[in-house]
Order: sequence, then structure tokens, then C-alpha cells
Amino acid sequence: MTEQNEPFRIREKYERLRRKAEEVKAAEAGSDEPVITVAMATCGIASGAIDTFNSIKETAQELDLQVRLRTVGCTGHCYAEPVVVIDHPSSGFPPLMYHGVSSGKARMIVKSFLRDGDPLFEHVLGATTESEDFPGVMDFPRFNREKRVIMETCGVVDPDHILEYIAYGGYSALAGSLETTPAQIIETIRSSGLRGRGGAGFETGRKWALAAEAPGDRKYVICNADEGDPGAYMDRTVLESSPHQVIEGIAICAYAVGAAEAVMYIRAEYPLAVSTVERALEQAEQNNLIGKNVLGTGFSIHIRVFKGSGAFVCGEETALIASIQGERGTPRYRPPYPATRGLNGAPTVINNVKTLASVPPIISRGAEWYRSIGAAGSPGTAVFSVVGDVVHPGLVEIPTGISLRSLIFDVCGGIPRKKKFKAVQIGGPSGGCLSEEFLDVPVDFDSLREAGAMMGSGGIVVMDEDSCMVDVARYFLEFTRNESCGKCTFCRIGTAQLLEILNRITIGEGKEEDLEMLEELCEDISAGSLCALGKTAPNPVLTSLRYFRDEYEAHILEGRCPACVCRVLTAYYIDLDRCARGCDACVGSCPVEAIFTTANRKKGVDQTLCVKCGECAVACPSEYDAVRRVSPPSLAPVVPKPVTE
Amino acid sequence: MAPSENVLLDEDELFARVEDALKHETRDRANLIPLLQTVQRLCSYIPESAVRLLAGHFDISPCEVYGVATFYNQFRFNPPGRHQIKVCMGTACHVRGGDIILENFSRKLGIDEGETTEDREFSLERVACVGCCALAPVAVIGETVHGKMAPSKVEGLILGFQIEKDRAERGKTQDDRTK
Repeated sequence: MTEQNEPFRIREKYERLRRKAEEVKAAEAGSDEPVITVAMATCGIASGAIDTFNSIKETAQELDLQVRLRTVGCTGHCYAEPVVVIDHPSSGFPPLMYHGVSSGKARMIVKSFLRDGDPLFEHVLGATTESEDFPGVMDFPRFNREKRVIMETCGVVDPDHILEYIAYGGYSALAGSLETTPAQIIETIRSSGLRGRGGAGFETGRKWALAAEAPGDRKYVICNADEGDPGAYMDRTVLESSPHQVIEGIAICAYAVGAAEAVMYIRAEYPLAVSTVERALEQAEQNNLIGKNVLGTGFSIHIRVFKGSGAFVCGEETALIASIQGERGTPRYRPPYPATRGLNGAPTVINNVKTLASVPPIISRGAEWYRSIGAAGSPGTAVFSVVGDVVHPGLVEIPTGISLRSLIFDVCGGIPRKKKFKAVQIGGPSGGCLSEEFLDVPVDFDSLREAGAMMGSGGIVVMDEDSCMVDVARYFLEFTRNESCGKCTFCRIGTAQLLEILNRITIGEGKEEDLEMLEELCEDISAGSLCALGKTAPNPVLTSLRYFRDEYEAHILEGRCPACVCRVLTAYYIDLDRCARGCDACVGSCPVEAIFTTANRKKGVDQTLCVKCGECAVACPSEYDAVRRVSPPSLAPVVPKPVTE
Repeated sequence: MAPSENVLLDEDELFARVEDALKHETRDRANLIPLLQTVQRLCSYIPESAVRLLAGHFDISPCEVYGVATFYNQFRFNPPGRHQIKVCMGTACHVRGGDIILENFSRKLGIDEGETTEDREFSLERVACVGCCALAPVAVIGETVHGKMAPSKVEGLILGFQIEKDRAERGKTQDDRTK
């Protein structure tokens, strides 16, 4: 495909683009006007970033201040949203990052900092650059323990302006790749040790080699962004914040395997990701980085977006292909693998968003560099969405191989409200719940699988002592029962039976022999299912049974939920010794009017009306703290309700 | 939040719109899901008449179209309310009591999940994960995400919509009077 003098021309074309981008950047940097950057991905918008943005704009206009407003994607620091960075060079301060900036706070900061010169340190998280006399955000473990490769440009470049990505060095990996041969690229990826970030951890280089070797003129690349795991949202964030890095990865992959068409399969539930990617594709095509005759090489790649309609099973590659072809998304037997027979029967490479986003950095910096990061068996970095009961939830990109303890307690700040750690759930519905003794397990594909969990798409839910493991297992089973495509009998009926047993246990009607039955069913479902959904569906039950068996036993034998979560097995009551006479704080909070006033003007809970939502416990002033939760419900004292006329 | 304008159209009007949209489309089977998405965008749901229309377009049986449409979570088959309430049931939301939020909406509106109130003001559904896990529990009303939900917040939101509606109606009657 490449002629003798080609490499020279590619470089020249790319450098011209790069110079253009750098000129734009230099022109902006040259001016003295302050730059205000607002993080506006879906999670930022959910916390009110649009109001913040508008408020900054209005305030600046009102005060007649010259500012340049920029929007970027997500920085991954969800606990701090909405995040605003103000770079005001003439003030003498380094760029400052503000957290939790509501619209009112934004107005105050703009007024105070830009007009009066006071940056309001009490709202500053830190400086984004290293400086001698100002604490930087990099001093916090939440920042400095991370290693960003996949999310390197997330929250740094404006996803809507391709030139920002190019000025950052973007698309140089593509230009570099086009100068070499496809075989060399595959060799680089193979020796980097990159493994698929979608969950299973298949070696990416091998997948590409298979597709490249497979006979056929038409080949496809599919970017899998059908992120169905409840609790995982990193693919969405990467697409919303740095779509070009993914597009560059797709283009390199297409060149390596000899594909001329690519599909980005994005969930329709992610409207912002879809529109961001569509705009990015347009811009890349205008700049001749994708489309026909890329950078004058004769290599063409056409990329389109397919909106996935929301079926968890479509994360499985053969189901995803069926869905693109307009069928119901049911998986089929493999082999033949999609690498040899995929979309429309042609060889197809299906890679996750994060895998493809890892490609440009690997090509730019070399396989050796990538191998040097993280654990030996699965090098590189992994993105986790750490949510649940942690102080600093959000997206964390860490080198593989660090321990769960370090991830949860050092990076994410541990458990809030002085509660005790109980369990961590990794890998969503196909993963498992691990107890405290597994906290020192290193985070990589193989170690997690040994412990019974799996890396999955990287959702991590941390649970404190107030979580019931039976209920968590039941929750995941309910999800997989609903999402089972129905093709394999064991998955379709087995999950329904599992759920029924778990439902019975959580309402206190479990039988002693249920535990054995659960274990048996789990094995059968794993053995009798075709795809990973069914094979891994029992994992939440198996792991919680293994590590938290005492909780199951408490439910079955004593009719008690140790964490007081399962609602049939718990009751709320008001401790009359602590309840303040005449206080009405809890009455208004109760959605079902279950709280009544006792004869001596204290409060009681009518157990027949109570729905156990826990609002009264929140409403009760902390100096009284009179609302108690007990399990089994028979422990709640009976408070006589005065008869009203 | 802009309530969907086409929520209250009758089926004939919707039928005409879908028919119009189909005119320019290819009959390639791979186009089925994108077209179902188009129908849902035009009508806010998939009416039975549209299923028959699509079946004719692709020359397949209506039950085949229905089979594909029901397989995916995105498609709905009853008309939504003016305010579509989606309660997130993701893992993080579950751990933080998402089911209690759903229950509160359901009790307050007197409908179950998947249903629409009789006056077509509200519809209630559960969604797998909206990806704002750090704000759990989350409810999405129309396009607006409401994070850190609590039962008392549910009442506040619904009350807010009712006040808004009352005010609009009062404004209307006053307009009529001045005419």
C-alpha cells in the first residue's frame, strides 16, 4: 500500500496539521486573559455544571471581564463535581482547581478572583501545576497514585475541538503507524502485552493477528462501547472526554488488520457520548485523519456510529454483531470467532473503548514503556469506577497490580462516616463479592479470577457494614435474570430459580437445604450456558456464599438480617428514652404517616404502616438520635398508640 | 426540562409521521433497529401500527419486528407521560436505597413501574444504570438528573410539577377571562 516516498509525505502532512494546532494554542496562550475551564461530561452536568457554566458566563459579562471559557470532559473526580479550573496568569497564582462549584459559588469566585484578585482559598482543591509556594492537587493521593494512559487526555483537551488533541500530540501515533507496515504495528501491540480491557483479558495483539491473517477482502473493526454493567461508566467518560484518542486507536487497528470499515457501538442511553463522538468523527474526516485516502496514503477507513438499544448481553461480541445486523442480540457458538467470521461473515476485530484508547500511547512510546507499567502478567493501566461507600468516588486509573486495599483506602479515601469496611464487589453482575481478607489481592486479570471475582469492565462497589450480602447477590441475580437473552435453558430458567430462592431467603422464608441447592444450581448454570453472561451469572451468589455464609445462615435459621437491610426482616422503632417530648422532626419526613404521638407527647412507629425507608432516622436531630433499627422485627418494643376519637 | 411535545398526539398522526420517515429508508435488514429508534423518537413509543408498517417495509412478519423490539430495553410500547420518571437501579443506587426511591414514586403517583398515570402527566420506569453512580441514588425526570435522592425529595419534586401545572392552568383561565 505504501510507496517508497510515502513516509516522507505522511509526516509532512501531519506536521502541517500539528503546526496549525500549535499556532492556535500559542495565540491563546499569548493573550493575558484568564481561562476558565468547566468539566462538562454527563456526571458533571448531573451535578449542575451547566448552571455553573452559565453563571460564570453571565457574571463575566455583567462585570465586563475578559475571560475565555472552555469546556472539557470528565476529570474522573466525581466526588468534587462540578469542577472548575481558573488559570489567571496575571494574578501571579498557578491554575487553581475549585471543587463543588455551584452556580452561586461560581459567581462569587469569578467576582472575587477575577475582579478583586482574591482567589478564595477555602474553595480551592489545589493548584493543577507544581509550584513552590502553593499546594498542588498532585500532593493528594487521589491524584498522585493514579497513572493515566487511557484517560491521559480526559479533562485536559476539549473533546469538541480536534486541534486541542492534535496540539497535545494526538494523531501522531496514526501518522507514525502509517509509515510502518501493519505487521510491525501488530508486533508492537503483541510485545506490549496489552490485554483486552473489556473484561475477559484476551491478548489484543493475538486478536489483531488472527483478523489480519484471516482471508477476505472486507474486514471490520468494531469499538465496543455497549457498557451495560450497572455501576461502570468509564467507557462513556472516555468517549465524552477524549473521543479522538479512541478514533485514533480504531484507525490504527483498521490499518493493522486491513479493514476499511469500522463501527462504534455506543449505547443509546448515552446521548452525550453519541453526539460527542459524531462531532469528533466529522472533524477527523475534515482533517483527513479518517475517511478516504488518510494523510495521502491510499489507506481509507470509514467509521460510523451504531446506537445500541440497551441489552446487557450485547456486550458479548457475537450478540453485538447480531444486533448490528438487525437481529435480536443472542450470542452464537464460538468458534468461529469474530476475528475470522464476524460482521456480515467477514473477519472482525472487536475491542473495548479502553483497549483502543490504549493503542495510540503504546505506538507513540513503544511496547517497552507499556510493559514497564503495572503487573507482569497484565501490564498497563486499568480504569475503575469506584462507587458506593467511599469518601472519594469516581473514575480511577491505576497501574495493574496494586492491591485493593491501596485502591480503596489510599486512593479513594476509605469508608466514610467512620463505618467499617465489609465487602467489595468487582466486575458487576459477572464478578464477585470479596471480603476483607482479600484486600491485599493485587488488581489484575489473573489474581482476581483466582479469588472468584473478575476484572470485568471495572466497576467496583465498596460496601460498608450496613450492606447485606444476600441482598446484593439477589440484586445481581435480578439483573441477570432480566438480561438473560433466553437462548440457553440453564441461564434462562436457572437464574429465575436462583432468584426465587434468594427472594425467599431475604423475606425470611429460606430453608436449610436452600444453600446446597443454590450451590448446585450455580454449577449447572455455569456449565450449561453458551456465553459469558450465563457462565458468570452465578459468581455473585457463589462468592457471597463462600465468604459470607454466616449471613445466609442468619437469614435462614434466625430470620434475622445482620445488616438490617432486608426490609421484611427489620423494623424501625423510636427509643422513648432518647425521644424529645414535643419534637416533630420525624413526623413530616414519613411518607406514609406511620409515626404517631404517644400519650406523653413522644413518638412511636406504627409497624403496620411503616415501609422502612429510613427517612425518620435521617430526620431525627443528631442530639436525640432516637430512631433505632433492629432485626428480627420482633425485637422492636410495642408502643401503644393512643386511640383517637 | 421540555416535556415531549408529541406525547399527546393520536395514533393517526403518529402513523403518518412514521410512514413519511420510512419513504427514504433502505430495506436492508441492518436498518431495522435504527428505524425502530426513529419511530420511538417520533412517537415517544412504538405503536402497534408502526410495527405493522415496519414489517411491511422489510417484508418480514410483524411478530419478527415485535420480537426484535421487545428484546431491547430502549423500546417502550405504551405512551409515556408528559414527565418521564426513570429511577436508576444500578449497583451503587441499589446499595444506597434506590428501590425505596422507586417505591416512593410509585406510592405517590399511584402507579407501578412501567405504567403511566391516567392523566398522562407522569410515567414511571426503572433503568439499569444512568452512569452517575457517585450521585447515588439517582432519578432522571425528562432530561434532568436528580442526584442524592431521598423520599422527602420525591414528594418535593412531584409537588413542584403540580404547582407548575396549576399555575399554568390558572394563567390560561385568566387569559380566557381577559379575552
